[in-house]
Amino acid sequence: MVKLKDLPEEELLASGHRLCAGCGAPIALRMALKVAGKHTVVANATGCLEVATTLYPYTSWRIPWVHVAFENAAAVASGIEAAYKAMARRGAWKQKVNIIAVAGDGGTFDIGIQALSGAMERGDDFLYICYDNEAYMNTGIQRSGATPHGAATTTSPAGTKIPGKPEWKKDLIGICAAHGIPYAATASPAYWNDYMTKVQKGLAAEGPAVIHVLSPCPTGWRSDPADSIKLARLAVQTRYWPLYEVDGGTYKLNMRVPKPQPVEEFLKAQGRFRHLFKPEFQKEVEAIQLWVDENWKRILKLCGEAGR
Amino acid sequence: MPQVLGLTGDEAVAYAAKQSDVDVVAAYPITPQTIMVELFSEYVANGEVHAEFVCVESEHSAMSACVGASLTGARVFTATSSQGLALMHEMLYIASGLRCPIVMGVANRALSAPINIHGDHSDMMGSRDCGWIQIYAENAQEAYDWVIQAFRIAEDPEVRLPVAVNLDGFILSHCMEGATVLDDEAVKRFLPHRKAKYPLDPEKPLTIGALALPDYYYEFKLQQEDAIRKAPEKIRETNREYEEISGRRYGILDLYGMEDAEAAVVCLGSTGGTARAVARALRKEGRKVGIIKPWVYRPFPAREIVKATGNLKALAVMDRACSFGAPYGALCSDVVSILKQQRRDLPVLNYVYGLGGRDTRPSEIRAVFDETLKAADTGIVEEPLRFLEVRE
Repeated sequence: MVKLKDLPEEELLASGHRLCAGCGAPIALRMALKVAGKHTVVANATGCLEVATTLYPYTSWRIPWVHVAFENAAAVASGIEAAYKAMARRGAWKQKVNIIAVAGDGGTFDIGIQALSGAMERGDDFLYICYDNEAYMNTGIQRSGATPHGAATTTSPAGTKIPGKPEWKKDLIGICAAHGIPYAATASPAYWNDYMTKVQKGLAAEGPAVIHVLSPCPTGWRSDPADSIKLARLAVQTRYWPLYEVDGGTYKLNMRVPKPQPVEEFLKAQGRFRHLFKPEFQKEVEAIQLWVDENWKRILKLCGEAGR
Repeated sequence: MPQVLGLTGDEAVAYAAKQSDVDVVAAYPITPQTIMVELFSEYVANGEVHAEFVCVESEHSAMSACVGASLTGARVFTATSSQGLALMHEMLYIASGLRCPIVMGVANRALSAPINIHGDHSDMMGSRDCGWIQIYAENAQEAYDWVIQAFRIAEDPEVRLPVAVNLDGFILSHCMEGATVLDDEAVKRFLPHRKAKYPLDPEKPLTIGALALPDYYYEFKLQQEDAIRKAPEKIRETNREYEEISGRRYGILDLYGMEDAEAAVVCLGSTGGTARAVARALRKEGRKVGIIKPWVYRPFPAREIVKATGNLKALAVMDRACSFGAPYGALCSDVVSILKQQRRDLPVLNYVYGLGGRDTRPSEIRAVFDETLKAADTGIVEEPLRFLEVRE
């Protein structure tokens, strides 16, 4: 486990960037870089994190950082890895460099899934961090494959007939684990130690590692910016966001939640679910609770804790 | 010692990439390019090169990985065709915008629909404004020679732009010819390892690919325009040095008979060979015809073409791609606009030809010369845009 006293004070992602107050993405990246250290290169997909940290001529990054496009952070990272390898082979490169690809949920679940799948299949050696704020926030809160059922976005609005997104969230870790990669895990910035330990494991793994970290978005979730970490904790405590890892193919539950709060507690703190509390849509809250319960059971089973 | 090898166009390109000692190749199979990457992966599998071959899952990822590798500081090669180039389209602009000196072999092939695997220039013409330097080879020898030179041009500190070396699908990609190759050491001396000015080095952290809003974006683009406009000088310099080691002379334009030609044809790639044979025969008959074959299509050789047209009375431009609804094909549009700009009033005939690999025979090119000579006599062009050898 990562120890607080071992963490450097140095900030490799500088403050002063233009991300919204309460955004989960810079928190997740600051923490990851405290583990990775300065011998790290970041390949960032197009998205909030990218546009808000590198408004030319300013940058928040104190490490080499590359943005190429939206759907290809994984492929860019593959190219970087190949380049260091080949250059080392001819004696033109000596250092060990951590490579981190970072993308939001749109750049991972949807438009970037092919590039990620390719990199995982090839076994390319880098850590991929998906900061999941559960919609296309950078373009103005449109639904993605990561948007949860019932959430209102600008392309899955809370209508009088259709109350938010009808579909359910994609199982990203399941998809990654199915590639047989050495390491995949979920994380929440509220549990810094769990998350940062996972970053450490992901970087140490030989081959692709994926961390799927929840990233509260006050703008898109319509929540109080001061509550972001609280919500990130509540997501875990309601079993909405189970913390688990798949290490060398073995699933392990990282946080047991013996006395879960109802998912309603997580939902009602966010404006994107407000419409679900109208009497006519009350069954949607029940459906989400059912999904949470079933998903939890599924993960316990995968983790060999089905009896709990 | 230089030696003559029997090589298809694709093989010649792969062999040149091998001798150019590339660090990274990221590519995806597509006919008729595939032989290039097949052969390169054999070099890797047999330990003949130090390169990393990233066998990606699409052309989009191929160019993405190439950009990542090139920014890291590696010498990078890839190859594609047709739909693959179209899928890369987004990344082509980023490769040039981020000033990545990637070299790419393009086995030119028609674009769908209908699907067709044969040669025409629709693919590269569809991406002609992507900021890449674009070279067209006439045969396997030229493809080989240009790939080696392309790395020098691309990596020149004042250029730092990607280069596409085009060769006609099947006609060149799959046709075996004798090509004289240099020995490995000669290529190594001509092309030392790339020394990137701004590699991804944690000791000197840089932010690459930042967001540039209206206050800066325009200046970035202008720098790119300046760089590509500087390229011809570097290309000529490279050609001179390459001639010293190879004995083969290249330039911006490949000219034939232009000292006294009254009618000429402008064409790209393998058609140049057929056209030259026809022109030679016509000149024996005493008809003053010539060929202007741009080796370099982007940056557009404006001054060179105007200069070459000095004695002409009429000009035909052959486009192996259709610009739907446009006044002319792409090549002809460029030629006409530069003639107009330089106040060269010349009858110009435009021929769209050879789409989807339709064979272009000497008899057809002879007809083009006949019509151009007629226009030279009369000064009249009745149909500025014609479709050669197409069934009505």
